[in-house]
Amino acid sequence: MTDESPLLDVENLWVRFQTRSGVFDAVRGISFTLGRERLGIVGESGSGKSMTGRAALRLIRPPGMIEADKLEIHGEDILSLPERRMRKLRGGRVSMVMQDPKFSLNPVMSIGQQLVESLRAHESVSRSAARKRAIEVLDEVAIRDPERVFDLYPHEVSGGMGQRIMIAMMLLPNPEILIADEPTSALDVSVQLQVLDIMDKLVRDRGMGLMFISHDLNLVAKFCDRIAIMYAGRIVETCKASELGQAKHPYTLGLLNSVPDLEHPRDRLEVLQRDPAWREAPSVSARQ
Amino acid sequence: MSAIDIRNLDVWFGSGAERALAVKDVSFQVADGESFGLVGESGSGKSTILRAIAGLVPTWSGEMKVAGEALGTRRSKAFYRKVQMVFQDPYASLHPRQTVDRVLSEAMGLHGVQDVDKRIGRLLDDVGLGAGFRFRYPHQLSGGQRQRVAIARSLACDPSILLLDEPTSALDVSVQAEILNLLTDLREEHKLTYVMVSHDLGVVGHLCERIGVMKEGRFVEVLAVDDMRKHKAKDPYTRHLLDSSINSVR
Repeated sequence: MTDESPLLDVENLWVRFQTRSGVFDAVRGISFTLGRERLGIVGESGSGKSMTGRAALRLIRPPGMIEADKLEIHGEDILSLPERRMRKLRGGRVSMVMQDPKFSLNPVMSIGQQLVESLRAHESVSRSAARKRAIEVLDEVAIRDPERVFDLYPHEVSGGMGQRIMIAMMLLPNPEILIADEPTSALDVSVQLQVLDIMDKLVRDRGMGLMFISHDLNLVAKFCDRIAIMYAGRIVETCKASELGQAKHPYTLGLLNSVPDLEHPRDRLEVLQRDPAWREAPSVSARQ
Repeated sequence: MSAIDIRNLDVWFGSGAERALAVKDVSFQVADGESFGLVGESGSGKSTILRAIAGLVPTWSGEMKVAGEALGTRRSKAFYRKVQMVFQDPYASLHPRQTVDRVLSEAMGLHGVQDVDKRIGRLLDDVGLGAGFRFRYPHQLSGGQRQRVAIARSLACDPSILLLDEPTSALDVSVQAEILNLLTDLREEHKLTYVMVSHDLGVVGHLCERIGVMKEGRFVEVLAVDDMRKHKAKDPYTRHLLDSSINSVR
């Protein structure tokens, strides 16, 4: 494997759900690659962005089905791997940070125990070495007094701290890819930036690939290199984050214009007029 | 006359050693027809102020006058005809087994509103839903439609003051724009006074004329939105909040 080959390679991905009223397609044939970069995936609720992130880890339960011409993590075909190997990959090479730390940390285990467990699941290290690494990584995510926090339970820490602990836990086994699904939507604005800065720094220092899933176009533009905008299960537009200002698709423009802006007040906000043609237009490829 | 006049408000939870003061010595006035915003981090006490006004928190001291009526520990029925609240999460604030019609007619029945049938039709038109939504259940509605129903419910008894607790934070930006436009229109049409809590300075700046910035239960600054735009905020915490609210790329 050369360094240029993508970490995650997806071609024609479909996620389908069998329902009483027929098959529902949540993701409809999207293609993208993720290298050692920060890729933002943006869309409204129901656009299929979270399903894309989950499909990459084969985390979609029946009756959901994943189909793709190609779904590879570092050359390994995800769709045909046995569950045992998948468990090694999840958390080991690819980690996922979810939206709300309140629901993703185990409430009856101390933070230290959870960190040590996640490390020992992927590497054979002694308890004391694992403890040492866990405290180091807590320090890396800017948690003051990591020795004390190590022994706390999730309900004893704030939301921002909880999310930093989640990030620490996900980074502990040194993954190559981090999938962050709305990692800061449950946090206050002032804490949001701090958590993003930390995540950004760690991802860059370690040369990881980051897939950042969010509904907030402005936030993504600030923190990613490349953006893919999803609508109704397809990618409608892809661009460099720095060139978002020149975006063309009416949906992207609509999303940008509907945000109230403190510095440029308007009497009325623009309301998105959805065109049925967007749904039918073929997916744009975000492969590089 | 001020619609809302609050002086030296303290609100606490628990008692004895567990007593925690959530709101400390807060005073502010909101004029008739004005829209006042409360911003701050979670835990800063902004929602607690709204809940104290609405009578959902009995443990408070100080003076509160709303629409000319001095408030005690109990609220009169007339108070609730004048003041209504819209909550954050439209998924949690509507009864899952009641139709839109039932939700609205119950709210009207409580206040002895006459001519319920006609008014429900008009209310649904007012919030941009139309009569087709009248007999739907909440699970048949999208998040934005549910929030419209919640707003219609709050308007059922023709109040003059609306307390808005993060009314758009559970919604997509595109839907948020629709709801904010709706709130702007309704305010004009019904001559409403708003007190709105939000953590999003862009949203507060859009809808409100003045804002109170809160930190650890206290007001650090009350300023006009125009001054905030011109970067005239004096308090370092307000400036910090302004810096962290992400600027739009357009």
